[in-house]
Amino acid sequence: MTPSTSSAITLNINGEKYLLPVDHRTTLLDALREHLDLTGSKKGCDQGQCGACTVLVDGRRALSCLQLAVAAEGRVITTIEGVADGDRLHPVQQAFLDLDGFQCGYCTPGQICSAIAVIEEHAAGWPSAATDDLRPDAGVPALGAEEIRERMSGNLCRCGAYVSIVQAVARAAEAAGSEDKEAVA
Amino acid sequence: MREFGYERAVDVAEAVALLGSDPEARFLGGGTNLVDLMKAGVERPALLVDVRELPLDQVDFTPGDGLRIGATVTNSDLAAHPDVRRHYPALAQAVLAGASGQLRNMATVGGNLLQRTRCGYFTDITKACNKRSPGSGCPAIDGEHHNHAILDASEHCIAVHASDMAVALAAFDAVISYRTADEPGESPITGFYPPVGDTPHIETTLPPGALITGVTLPPAPVAVHSRFRKVRERASYAFAIGSIAAALDVRDGVVRDVRLALGAVASKPWRARAAERALIGGPASAEAFATAAEAELAAAEALPENGYKVTLMRNLIVAVLTELTEEVSR
Repeated sequence: MTPSTSSAITLNINGEKYLLPVDHRTTLLDALREHLDLTGSKKGCDQGQCGACTVLVDGRRALSCLQLAVAAEGRVITTIEGVADGDRLHPVQQAFLDLDGFQCGYCTPGQICSAIAVIEEHAAGWPSAATDDLRPDAGVPALGAEEIRERMSGNLCRCGAYVSIVQAVARAAEAAGSEDKEAVA
Repeated sequence: MREFGYERAVDVAEAVALLGSDPEARFLGGGTNLVDLMKAGVERPALLVDVRELPLDQVDFTPGDGLRIGATVTNSDLAAHPDVRRHYPALAQAVLAGASGQLRNMATVGGNLLQRTRCGYFTDITKACNKRSPGSGCPAIDGEHHNHAILDASEHCIAVHASDMAVALAAFDAVISYRTADEPGESPITGFYPPVGDTPHIETTLPPGALITGVTLPPAPVAVHSRFRKVRERASYAFAIGSIAAALDVRDGVVRDVRLALGAVASKPWRARAAERALIGGPASAEAFATAAEAELAAAEALPENGYKVTLMRNLIVAVLTELTEEVSR
């Protein structure tokens, strides 16, 4: 028996449910851009090397170009269109604007989705390849430039706006950290 | 890309049965390698059996104080796990040295073990490749091979295994568990990747239709002092041109126990047993480390463009063992 090569699936994106028929070959990135008009996620390399297509899947950053849409059914997807709180920009978006964390802007949606997750991963105590001693008792170092560069290395910027990107992520992380402290107090 | 069917399995028995229903079926984990190869036309499955939701996503202690890692544990969760970081730090370091944060969130332990080589001839279907198309030839031997094998290559294929994680697993004597339609089975990782010989298209000893269900790390007190170091052509997010996982126990200046595995030098993670034998019971000195490295690399066969790897690996072995000696004596 030849298996069906397409399915009707429901995707949960930015809090909305979308019912759509997909050829199984459709990536999540193509479903977003070509089927649902959510063109914020960008297609750079389409082979998992540039990070322009980064979205959040179940709260974790992932590459939508290597994620089959049919395999994303049942998962909670957040794209750049869904990170702001109404008209209020996400703090990472605001930091990228305030510190010029971009030039042409093509990689920016992926950079921002990735940075949102980086700040959460760091807050959750995840080490990185830049972490000297990753034993749990050593604690995780502050999110300084070296840690940010390593953790953001999956997002390339052809314009080379890295200096401002690192500053923007650092500022957003500081803001998130001080909010956490206020919440504890 | 060829059209394909898609099924999502909820338990191991169903996954194995679904795979067995179609000779051209493949398991889909994180998809970070498979989907990419499908786009390139290297992989042409007729059916994908999605195993991401199988209940194999835990890391637990075994009764003997080893660790059992489920096949669908993501690379991110493995590297962040406190017990991995505490008891097998080189494994966490190896995983964090691979790919990017996005890819590590998607990639699974089982898929990592089964990832294919990144040899540029293998991934380009317009080129000959004995691994992809047996008998068609190996253009890398006379072509672009600066990141190809120096150990145990054959005239049929000189590609290297791409995994960083597997290098640490080889150092720690990991055992891979799998399940076929008939029975469960297991294989030490050091026997999991067969010699290349004239069959480079046969990449593992996994029985046909088998699903990897997990990896068990035997207890290894020596692993508390372990490190992974990776050399690559940019600072992050690139495949290794050489890597090492090492663990060391030194008392009174004498090597009591040592584990060494090398990456990006062969078609498999390379357990450096000759070097280990040379080190055990001897002095923990830079001289002894260099002698051991040379014992391991005596069998190396370099091609015109990859001879630098012999020097690189020698220096890596000496450097990492020296660092570990300092760490142990602190």
